[in-house]
Amino acid sequence: MSTEIDVVVIGTGPAGMAAASAAAGAGASVAVLDEQSEPGGQIYRAVESVERRRPADLSFLGEAYAHGAKVAGAFRAVRTDYRPGATVWHIGARSKGGRRDVVLSRSGVAETLSARHVVIATGALERPVPIPGWTLPGVMTVGAVQSALKSSGIYPSGRLVLAGSGPLMLQLAAQLIAAHVAIAAIVDTTPPGGLARAFFHLPQALIGGETLLKGLKLRRTVLRSGVPIHAGASHLAAHGEGRLSSLSFTSAGVDYHLDADVVALHEGVIPNTQLSRLVNAEHRWDDVQRCFHPVTDQWGETSEPGIYVAGDGGGIAGALAAERSGRITGLAIARRLGLLADSARDLVAEEQRLRRFVDGAIRGFLDRYYPAPDWIGQVADDVVLCRCEEVTAGRLREAMAHGCSGPNQAKAFLRCGMGPCQGRMCANSVTEVMAAQSGSVPDEVGSFRIRPPAKPVTLAEVASLDVG
Amino acid sequence: MFQRLSDPMRKTVSFRFEGREIEAREGDSVAAALLAAGVDSLKDAPVSGAARGPYCMMGVCFECLVEIDGAGHQQACLAPVRAGMDVRRQPAARDVGAAVEGDGR
Repeated sequence: MSTEIDVVVIGTGPAGMAAASAAAGAGASVAVLDEQSEPGGQIYRAVESVERRRPADLSFLGEAYAHGAKVAGAFRAVRTDYRPGATVWHIGARSKGGRRDVVLSRSGVAETLSARHVVIATGALERPVPIPGWTLPGVMTVGAVQSALKSSGIYPSGRLVLAGSGPLMLQLAAQLIAAHVAIAAIVDTTPPGGLARAFFHLPQALIGGETLLKGLKLRRTVLRSGVPIHAGASHLAAHGEGRLSSLSFTSAGVDYHLDADVVALHEGVIPNTQLSRLVNAEHRWDDVQRCFHPVTDQWGETSEPGIYVAGDGGGIAGALAAERSGRITGLAIARRLGLLADSARDLVAEEQRLRRFVDGAIRGFLDRYYPAPDWIGQVADDVVLCRCEEVTAGRLREAMAHGCSGPNQAKAFLRCGMGPCQGRMCANSVTEVMAAQSGSVPDEVGSFRIRPPAKPVTLAEVASLDVG
Repeated sequence: MFQRLSDPMRKTVSFRFEGREIEAREGDSVAAALLAAGVDSLKDAPVSGAARGPYCMMGVCFECLVEIDGAGHQQACLAPVRAGMDVRRQPAARDVGAAVEGDGR
């Protein structure tokens, strides 16, 4: 038996919360599934708890984060079947009646929901950064350090090195500085000449002027903090025996070797396409952001009818733009369910599109100022790409020399992408390396086919499904 | 390698990791509580046996897999702490031959 429902929203970041609020607000029955224990996604992670139990921490987490409490408040104000701590591991094919099964597990018990419309709002993940030594304990991501700070109020207490490029790294640095947490060094991998690269995108960035000003403010905070910054860094490598002890890199022609207890890597974020791949939606490579994203129409619907992607999962545009996208998708679904007239939908959707344009106007500038790394395809042979099965770039190249023709064959040759993370940590790098090696383009190389279960489940969970 | 900001409003919860008593705060994930207790090596990689620890803290990297109350393959970054839970490091892939011999067959 499965429960019939109008809409299933997966994820409670800004896009998921806004989509659920819009659809449920129009009268749709909406189930909202999320892995975390409270709404917010990664960007607004634990924002309700922080507001309630650690309000003082909002002073350094900042206004942009505190905005999440408003979005969560609006989401809590509508009636939905909200299920935190739920993992979605399958989305089925469309039935003749236009429904799809969404299979989830919660506390070890599986359940099926039968939905007319499914909104994938699973957002982004940080681009995995395959450098030598990145598997050592102590090497984490900027987002990981930030998540720990938001959700548990913990911070790295030893020698912390932030290493990478992008607005998230800048934001974390500013938050840590405001919280009086010591940063040993910032190793900035942004190539020099950012302003020249991004110059032609400056006028559009000015449309979202406030965002640009906030970014400049963060930058000023970091520059004035006295934290040593190594600009234009490259050739990063983490070192240690069983645990991280240092980070080496080159900056301005000088080789550095810094002692480190925690290294937080960051090279931008990429869409989490696991579920959109699972349903076989069409994906395309973005040459600027260097990642795949699902192809969607103006309402967020993918090439698979009834499957929508809202927010950064459809292409990186940021939290505020994600919220607009979620609302647009929620309205479109309400219209399709006959709960809204075209005119009512369009009135709000037009306004939301305009706001999304303003909120996302800085993206073109950011994408060029902080360009996606162009070295992953050429990464050294001894670097691990697939962390789960410990497959190096060299072994992937060797398999190609023996006739391995694409990512899906690499699974059979090497078990690459077949460990518990199911390719989340290596898919992007595998595409980059295979494209570089074969002289092909990522759209030709493609990516791993994702099969159910999309997250590891136990046989007991599968057996707990009531299929009668 | 991690410390807590002052956090007077959250209750403490204790659990065990490899037999050692760990003090956490209500609402912590197992991974966060262990990081705050100075533990960042949570599993051994299945091929080389090298130590691994939390990388993403958001449920995608699966490097924080631990055994909780006898159930393996739990993502420590997604599992909330509960008083009295018994958490263990996740060992590398089992040696099937040794297991069979151990069974006396």
